Amino acid sequence: MVEYNDLIFEISRQGRVGSSLPESDVDQVNINDKLPKHLIRDLPAELPEVSELQLVRHYTALSNKNHGIDNGFYPLGSCTMKYNPKINEDVARLEGFSRIHPYQPTETVQGALEVLYELQEELAVITGMDAVTLQPSAGAQGEWTGLMMVKAYHKQKGEVRTKVLVPDSAHGTNPASASVAGFETITIPSNEHGLVDIEELKKHVNDQTAALMLTNPNTLGLFEKEIVEIAEVVHEAGGLLYYDGANANAILGKSTPGQMGFDIVHLNLHKTFTTPHGGGGPGAGPVGVKEKLIPFLPVPRVEKVNDVYVLDSNQPLSIGRVKGYYGNFGILLRAYTYIRTMGPEGLRQVSEGAVLHANYLRKKLEPYFEAPYSQICKHEFVLSGSRQKKLGVRTLDMAKRLLDFGYHPPTIYFPLNVEECLMIEPTETESKETLDAFADVMIQIAKEVEENPGVVLDAPHTTVIGRLDEVQAARQPILRYTKEEAVKREPVMS
Amino acid sequence: MTKATANLLYSKEHEWVLQLDGNRVRIGISDFAQKQLGDIVFVETPEVDDEVTANESMGTIESVKAVSELYSPVTGTVVTVNEELADAPETINEHPFEAGWLIEVEMSNPEELEALLNEDVYQAYINEGEE
Amino acid sequence: MTSTYRYLPDTKQDQEEMLAFLNISSIDELFEDIPAEIQLKGDLNIPKAVSEPLLLKKMNQLASKNKNANHYPTFLGAGTYDHYIPSVVDHMISRSEFYTAYTPYQPEISQGELQAIFEFQTMVCELTGMDVANSSMYDGFTSLAEAASLAVASTRRSKVLVSKAVHPESRAILNTVAEGQGYIVEDVNLTDDETSLVKLQGQIDKNTAAVIVQYPNFFGSIEDLAEIKHIADTKGAMLIVSANPLALALLQAPGKLGADIVVGDMQPLGIPMSFGGPHCGYFAVSKKFMRKIPGRIVGQTTDEKGQRGFVLTLQAREQHIRRDKASSNICSNQALNALASAVCMSALGKQGIRQMAQLNIEKADYMAKSLDKKGFPIINKAPFFNEFVVKLPRPVKEVNTKLLEAGIIGGFDLGTDYDLENQMLLAVTEQRTKEEIDQFIEVLEAAVHG
Repeated sequence: MVEYNDLIFEISRQGRVGSSLPESDVDQVNINDKLPKHLIRDLPAELPEVSELQLVRHYTALSNKNHGIDNGFYPLGSCTMKYNPKINEDVARLEGFSRIHPYQPTETVQGALEVLYELQEELAVITGMDAVTLQPSAGAQGEWTGLMMVKAYHKQKGEVRTKVLVPDSAHGTNPASASVAGFETITIPSNEHGLVDIEELKKHVNDQTAALMLTNPNTLGLFEKEIVEIAEVVHEAGGLLYYDGANANAILGKSTPGQMGFDIVHLNLHKTFTTPHGGGGPGAGPVGVKEKLIPFLPVPRVEKVNDVYVLDSNQPLSIGRVKGYYGNFGILLRAYTYIRTMGPEGLRQVSEGAVLHANYLRKKLEPYFEAPYSQICKHEFVLSGSRQKKLGVRTLDMAKRLLDFGYHPPTIYFPLNVEECLMIEPTETESKETLDAFADVMIQIAKEVEENPGVVLDAPHTTVIGRLDEVQAARQPILRYTKEEAVKREPVMS
Repeated sequence: MTKATANLLYSKEHEWVLQLDGNRVRIGISDFAQKQLGDIVFVETPEVDDEVTANESMGTIESVKAVSELYSPVTGTVVTVNEELADAPETINEHPFEAGWLIEVEMSNPEELEALLNEDVYQAYINEGEE
Repeated sequence: MTSTYRYLPDTKQDQEEMLAFLNISSIDELFEDIPAEIQLKGDLNIPKAVSEPLLLKKMNQLASKNKNANHYPTFLGAGTYDHYIPSVVDHMISRSEFYTAYTPYQPEISQGELQAIFEFQTMVCELTGMDVANSSMYDGFTSLAEAASLAVASTRRSKVLVSKAVHPESRAILNTVAEGQGYIVEDVNLTDDETSLVKLQGQIDKNTAAVIVQYPNFFGSIEDLAEIKHIADTKGAMLIVSANPLALALLQAPGKLGADIVVGDMQPLGIPMSFGGPHCGYFAVSKKFMRKIPGRIVGQTTDEKGQRGFVLTLQAREQHIRRDKASSNICSNQALNALASAVCMSALGKQGIRQMAQLNIEKADYMAKSLDKKGFPIINKAPFFNEFVVKLPRPVKEVNTKLLEAGIIGGFDLGTDYDLENQMLLAVTEQRTKEEIDQFIEVLEAAVHG
């Protein structure tokens, strides 16, 4: 195969076009007659000029340098990289969904509103909450939305509570969202079993506590067995419980955050509900709440009045708007389609499969890696490369070695409380054969570390590019293409 | 190395202080700190005429995957900033005690120097932390 | 009892083998760590599973309950527009190597995505006239709020001034965000269809972090950024501009007129309306703010052999490193939609995008003139791009009902957000033909005179 390394700007030639616009059927307008000179563009934007086939070849070549779930196993812990069903894509592209404007009269978009309404209802059932907003665009925005409701709730009660408690194993977004919502974060250390230390928690819970943010199962893949007691401790002090739904794939149909005692939940539809990650987005992060928080939900809310779907913005206690229009509708549609495909029994099998696969893989790998928390896990588990580190090989090296076998590596920069962590989430959609083959490769790499570490340290060997100089990228950032930069490079190329 | 650093005072936040003329001091980060951070890619220091306060944040220092706060060891007014670092932050890695200095400050409360550690005490403090 | 599902590959035998390996006899044992009192008894109360063909039929039925722009020419704009999307766009973003990938944290197997985003960043810089752009944000509205937060943080001032001619939803989100971060948002009133420069001068002070305007503004009018920049400069406030990227093909780049941050939504370039989302915010800054920009950003570097490659860079700013000290909590971006707009911008190209913008100006101009001739006054005093406001003798809602009966989706009612009774905001893109415009006016005439 011919190597293709050009930027689209480098294949551009003056005069080529890759699109077809209609001729004007109305009178010409000269912009010089319309606008003062200083508001008229002097230099055209240097967009590329390519034919349609060149454009297709360019992006096809780029796609060939990219690894997605459809290419191979993607056990990236905490990201739930499960199969993205194709029917979801077809549904989102139906003209009746993709070609409607958000400000059309509601009577012309009853089908869209029906989808939103039903999805709200069903996500409420799945999480054990009383109402759901679909507005937030992603998990982080969901967290912030939830925390703004926490703030409004306490304010309404005339209380000033400034502190949000977060365990040390939490996702980085938790403390960041708390900070953006104007709270101070208190970190709660985990105990030796990797779970929330209740005694530590009690020390920090008081009349300043606005909320505790928790994922359950936590980021180590372990279920917080004492969740009911944890909830009591927080509630007794007047605080609220926030559920980070990043790990909801472990509990579908088995338990609900509502039963566990949580007051607010966000879900990542791009994790648990199969909407594609898209190389970083778009996602969706709906938020569910218990009854006492309903008045604070963002507006507009989708409601059903006498069998007609309506948008309601008249909610005086609402925290206001958090996102344009009604959320990422195209993503919400995909999740709705998935829930319809699986039904209640299917969703339960999803979590059962995810948990079975994680435990199977965990037990296969534990003899070869340190297992700081060797016990039954939920949908993911965390190993440590500390044994290999002593031999001079870092987890990062092993991750790069996995690329040679066509696997996306597990998460290695997180959680922070495990040295040289390897966070593995196989998901329910992978076959046993895939799990076995992956385990064989991991075991082979562990042996290579002992017998021939060079092959791991120099990895990857088969990718289109070697390890990249991230220090150079950050010290002297080149964040866009310029002709000058390209000219500077010329001699190096030859 | 010992010679160049013999007159320095250190804070527990790993900044060093070199007394220049009168109440003027030069501030940098220690060799230990630069090693901990790894390849430094960017440093954000206060600007000339900014006020800094002892033990409070005066900026940040970034490596590829970490950002750390810089805490001022003394209180006073910034009089000079090491402009070279903007284009060559790696100087801090290469020469933390010399060309990699950060700022110079006119102290308003020189007694604060008494709270800082001398080299031996600082060295012992680091060793303690590493055990 | 157990049904089979096409996304779940485990056979009975697979399960038995895995359970045997784990020395357990049932999957339930793997859930024993969930206390019995909080285990779900019985099924979730949601509808039963539906087969693929039946589900597709049902979804088609739901979709057909909506009146869509393929069958109902639409004159709605107000932030979301019906534009031509070259067929090539959807084909390229449907490559599953792109859409089933996660954020490119492993650059060796993500060069395609990383390069595409690097190219996207370049195109955004070109259009806006700024030095640095990030890899995209949730949408234009949230980008604007992030820009305000950046300004507050870097100027260490606590007030932002936002023109009332900025999209009402944008201002609503800005208010929610400001409530969390504890800064003040003050609206700047209008003179006719533009930001009042007199009011702005009166409100700006030493505590003003930024002045925020929209270009073209919510009423379609093209604000004079040079004048606004001048006022912002008098107090050292930053200038934040929310711009329609298509309009920038012909309008002077905000960067050239002194903007410090330019934000907006790429929806007009390659992204379907989709009932309001997902769209794709963009965020561009001058070099001074390069290391303060929120979200992810791609940079060029080399591998050990000196080959050009791309990585996520300046990551130390991000939430997963800085946690509670992060400047923003944003984790994801809208990479796939950024890709869509990059493909669209490449397909249109340097000339095509100007041609498309020109068509928008001409169609809007034609419609405005035709309305005016028929006695429907145009409110805009400033020059406008592809949107303008028309004054009607009847309530907008009534007129829209008549238009709908004739198979046309009418404009945006300014009565709700602005107290501008009987005023309709119309958008006329290159998608609208002369025939459709003429028909709109005929129906309108009949509606008000009939």
